[in-house]
Amino acid sequence: MVTIREIKQSFFIGLWFMVLTFPIMVIRVDTIKHIVIFRWSNLMWVGILGFFASLVWNYFLRRKEEKKKTDTADDIPIVHRLLQNQKFKTPFLMALALFFIAYPFIFPMYHTSIMISALVYVMLGLGLNIVVGLAGLLDLGYVAFYAVGAYTYALLNLHFGISFWLALPISALLGTMFGTILGYPVLRLKGDYLAIVTLGFGEIIRIILENWDELGNGPRGIGNIPAPSFFGHQFGQHDSVIYIYFIVIFLVLLTIFFVNRLENSRIGRAWIALRDDEIACQAMGIDKVKTKLTAFALGATWAALGGVVFAAKTSFINPMSFTIWESITILCVVVIGGMGSAIGVIAGALVLILLPEYLRAVSEYRMLVFGALQVIVMVFKPEGLIKSVRKIYKFKKVEE
Amino acid sequence: MRLFNIILGVAVVGILGFLGIKEVIADPSYFFELFLGGLTRGSIYALIALGYTMVYGIIELINFAHGEIYMIGAMTALIVASVLGLWGWNSAVIVILAFVFAIVYSCAYGFTVEKIAYKPLRTAPRLSALISAIGMSLFLQNYVMLAQSPEYMPFESLIPDFEFWEPFAHIITSVEMTIIVTTVIVMILLGILIKFTRIGKAMRATAQDQVMASLLGINVNRIISTTFVVGSATAAIGGVLIACHVGQINFYIGFLAGLKAFIAAVLGGIGSIPGAVLGSMVLGISESLFTGYFWSEYEDVFAFTILVIILIFRPSGILGRDETTKV
Repeated sequence: MVTIREIKQSFFIGLWFMVLTFPIMVIRVDTIKHIVIFRWSNLMWVGILGFFASLVWNYFLRRKEEKKKTDTADDIPIVHRLLQNQKFKTPFLMALALFFIAYPFIFPMYHTSIMISALVYVMLGLGLNIVVGLAGLLDLGYVAFYAVGAYTYALLNLHFGISFWLALPISALLGTMFGTILGYPVLRLKGDYLAIVTLGFGEIIRIILENWDELGNGPRGIGNIPAPSFFGHQFGQHDSVIYIYFIVIFLVLLTIFFVNRLENSRIGRAWIALRDDEIACQAMGIDKVKTKLTAFALGATWAALGGVVFAAKTSFINPMSFTIWESITILCVVVIGGMGSAIGVIAGALVLILLPEYLRAVSEYRMLVFGALQVIVMVFKPEGLIKSVRKIYKFKKVEE
Repeated sequence: MRLFNIILGVAVVGILGFLGIKEVIADPSYFFELFLGGLTRGSIYALIALGYTMVYGIIELINFAHGEIYMIGAMTALIVASVLGLWGWNSAVIVILAFVFAIVYSCAYGFTVEKIAYKPLRTAPRLSALISAIGMSLFLQNYVMLAQSPEYMPFESLIPDFEFWEPFAHIITSVEMTIIVTTVIVMILLGILIKFTRIGKAMRATAQDQVMASLLGINVNRIISTTFVVGSATAAIGGVLIACHVGQINFYIGFLAGLKAFIAAVLGGIGSIPGAVLGSMVLGISESLFTGYFWSEYEDVFAFTILVIILIFRPSGILGRDETTKV
């Protein structure tokens, strides 16, 4: 348990944080009106928080060390164990399906609309999970492909009147193309350079969209993007939200199906192997560039699909929707949910997107918490909240 | 491949040089103005890039939060200067105290960030440390935004207009002059620190081989902390100087400046200190010329394009050595 020494140490860490945050937390200057406000109460809070945070931090760090020593291989998260249990699995999935089908009819439109954006994040998260979680390529410009998808639909509709259903495959194709074009030169780079280059690419796309007026109206964006039609029938405003909701549900299911199949395919295993050891993979005859490129392009495809749905849902897009923060939010979903674990990413997206929407009072702290969570998850639980379970073949004793 | 790269490089430089000479002859003073602007910009990049390159040299990690350290330096200087200014202190004392506080606090933040976000991940996969770094950057930005203000805050220049500089002020202002001179002084001091002191020797040894260094009695953890502290100090100086130059700061300035400085570090050859300085100057000047002669709105696009081109054709940078991956 907690020793006196640790309490003493935490006390000093609390003091350290009080000193460290003093100018920024306590003093607040208004350089226009020339007023200085001292917020002494903040100092106390920082001290108390620092003290307890340090205690908890040390406790978990020690537990992590201990756990490393007594490493148990079959440490399967509870969600997976429940899902493996057939008795539990069927009713659970039925209840889940029923809930999602009934959702738009039970709750008002506002909630359905929020759910749609959360589900779009599920799609984006699963797409990015292929790139980051499975192939281990840190992509910080994921939003660029999202923008490509959204703008493709908006522009094609504006100029040629192409409908949602036709735009979907076209955007997916364009996303794949962009992914391949960008991926080809940069995938030969080492991992950390890739992060910076993709980040740069994301920003380039946004800057171009903002400055190239002839393409997409610059910062004013494109409006009046029609909602999808149902065999030529255009729904009213209320019905169309429900309709989009079901389209997204369908697309999410499709994504889950694809990702699931991919994970257990030859290429999926190649991704995971490549993430774990590149050199060994090359020795086994896996084409490094081609394998990485597939992951990158597939991730881009999903981002583009998400973009089309986003454009159809909001009916208005401008470059402000595609900032670097969007990329980082999607990355948070993947990292916190659990890299490489589809269930983790789905849960992560729903929690991380829905929670701030409903806790409006604290939503300004959203990014602060995301940042802190990323560090905490990486330090204590690098596999995320719900970790992925690799297929393990167990040796069974034959009963005599 | 190598020959092809050289030919391509010569061709690009040649075309740009030809176009450039025509423009320069047409209006030499405009060119000179842009050049000096670029030099100032490059100096700031260099002050930040040093932190990136030193940290990368030792633990092979892109310290994403480094730009935020620079921003915190500028922010602390602003707070200290405004408080002391309201209390009616002497302006010379304010300048010194603002610099001292900015440097001390940035160092403290750099030290703490390393202890929280990077030290527990020293043996973890690279991807984990990188994500943790991004999280830290996000956290620090939002922390400053929530505790201070999301708006731009005007920053009254701490550096006065020197009287003796008046005759040259139409070519280069005294703030720009100060930036360039300070950068040169910092570089020289840093060079002395790395080349001639015990700590510098230990840093170089740790960068070469951590395990061997620790076998020889070097406290590797302390050296890594020192590296973060030194890098943070130079970033803080850069932060205060750029705030004086631009005249306003907000919580977001560190992000783009950090990225540009990182590009400069890669351009010069990451891990190499002279490379970081050279890369920063090249990036600063070429960026300034690009925005002056071509499109100013695509300034950032230009920097990223340079990064991509460098990474594709010469990933080890201008001064870096080629490294082969070994098993």
